[in-house]
Amino acid sequence: MTWQPSAPLSHITARARLNRLIRDFFARRDVLEVETPLLCATTATDPHLQSWQCDADGRRYYLQTSPEFCMKRLLAAGCGPIYQLGKAFRREAAGRHHNPEFTVLEWYRPDWTLDQLMTEVEALVLDAAAAFGRELSAFPRFRYGEVCREFLGLDPHRSSRDTLLRLANARINGDFSDLDRDGLLDLLMSHLVEPNLPPAGCFITDFPAGRASLACIEQDRDGNPVARRAELYIAGLEIANGYQELVDAAEQAARFSADLDYRQRQGLEPVPLPRSLVGALQNGFPEAAGVALGVDRLLMVLLGVDRIQDVLSFPTAQA
Amino acid sequence: MANYSTNEFRLGLKVMLDGDPCSIVENEVVKPGKGQAFNRVKLRNLKTGKTWERTFKSGDSVEGADIMDVELQYLYNDGEFWHFMDQQTFEQQAADATAVGEAAKWLKEEDVCTVTLWNGTPLAVTAPNFVELEIIETDPGLKGDTANGGSKPATLSTGAVVRVPLFVNQGEVIKVDTRTGDYVSRA
Repeated sequence: MTWQPSAPLSHITARARLNRLIRDFFARRDVLEVETPLLCATTATDPHLQSWQCDADGRRYYLQTSPEFCMKRLLAAGCGPIYQLGKAFRREAAGRHHNPEFTVLEWYRPDWTLDQLMTEVEALVLDAAAAFGRELSAFPRFRYGEVCREFLGLDPHRSSRDTLLRLANARINGDFSDLDRDGLLDLLMSHLVEPNLPPAGCFITDFPAGRASLACIEQDRDGNPVARRAELYIAGLEIANGYQELVDAAEQAARFSADLDYRQRQGLEPVPLPRSLVGALQNGFPEAAGVALGVDRLLMVLLGVDRIQDVLSFPTAQA
Repeated sequence: MANYSTNEFRLGLKVMLDGDPCSIVENEVVKPGKGQAFNRVKLRNLKTGKTWERTFKSGDSVEGADIMDVELQYLYNDGEFWHFMDQQTFEQQAADATAVGEAAKWLKEEDVCTVTLWNGTPLAVTAPNFVELEIIETDPGLKGDTANGGSKPATLSTGAVVRVPLFVNQGEVIKVDTRTGDYVSRA
C-alpha cells in the first residue's frame, strides 16, 4: 500500500482555506459552532443508510451518519442557530463520489423557512466560489415534479409503479422488477434526471413523500403530498440536502417505527429507536430549517476535479 | 462458481450476464443521499467483445464466470481448429475461428499465446505483442528512397499484409507489433 496522500498538497491547503471561509461565514451571521459526539447509542433509521458499528465492553455504539440527532437535541434545549463542521460515516461502497468517511457541514436555523435557508446555502456556496475564482451564479429552483415531467415525461407523484417500471425497463438496462415505487423513482432520478440538470447548479425541492426522512410533509399547489426537502446539485453532484424540519414528535416516532419495520421485513440490520430525539421533539421543538452540505464534494466543485480521492488526504481504502 | 455481490465488483472481475461471460470495465456507485443505491456497470462481453452498460441495485449479486488466462504454445491449424499446448502439462486445447479471431493472422508455430479459457475451453486467443514472420511476397526493393519514409505492402508467411519500408526484401524475417499491425524492424 502506498503511504503517500491521495490529494495533492495544494488541495489539502485549499481545504483549510474552505474550512476557514465557512467558519468566517457563520461567525459574521452569529451562528454558533457546536460539537456533538460521533459515537452514539442510536443512529439513522433510514433503511438506505448503513451505519458503522463499534462494539466494546458489552455496549454498541454507532458512528454517526450525520450529526442531526444531537444537533436537534441542542435546538430543543434552546441553543439558537448552530452549525457543525465535522466527520460523518456511512457504510457504503467507495466510488468516484463516495468515501465511507466524509466531511459534513450541517446547520440549523430556528424560525426560518426552507426557502430562507436555501438562500443562505446559496450565499455560502457563491462566497466560496468567488474565493476560489469559480464562476457560479444564483441557483434556479425547480420542483421534483417539474424536472421529472421534463426529463421523464411523467408525473412522479401520481404515476403508478407499473408506469415507472415500464419507463425504467425501456430506458435503463437491468432487472428492476423488485423495486418499489420509491426505489424506481430513485433509479429514474439518478439515471435520467440528474445527468440532465444544469451543470452550473440548481436546487430541487418538493420531493416525493416517500423520501421525506426527517422533513415535514405538506400538500403542494397541485394537491400532492410532498416532502419539504431541498437538494442542491452542482455538476451532477448532490452537494446539500435541506429540510423544513419535522417537529411533530408523534409523527417522528411513527416514521422511525415504520423504518424499523421496513428493515425487519427486508432483512436489513436492525437499529435501536432513537428515543432521545423523540424526547427532544416532545419537549417543544422550534420550527426550524436545517441542511447538511458535503464539504468534500463542494471542494471538488471549487477545484474542478471529478474524483473525491483528489480532495481527501487519505481515502478509507488507503487510510 | 462463486456469486459476487455489488460491493465486491472491481475492474477486471469476470461475471456471467445473460448467459455470456463478461469482464467489468467500469463500476460507478450512484447513491442518492436519501434512497436506494445503484451500481452502474460497464461490462465487456468476452464472447463478442462488445461493451454494454448495466445497472444493478446495490446488494444484488451475480454469478462469477470461470475465466482463466493461460500461456499456451501454438502447434498447428487443421483447417478447422487451431491447436495449442500447455508446455508444462502437455495438455492440448483446440480453439475455433471465433475464439482465434484476428489473432489468426499472427499465429506462428511454437509461438506462445495468451489463451482465455471459459469453463476450461478456449474463448479468445491473444497473439504475442511482437511476432517475427517471414515476408513471402513484396515488390523488389527500391534503393535510395528511404529518406522519404516510403513503404510498400508485404505479405507474411501467415497471410497477414503489413506496410514495410522500401529496403526490406522478400525472404527476410521482420518483427511486427500485433496490437497495431505495424512493422517494427528486421528480425
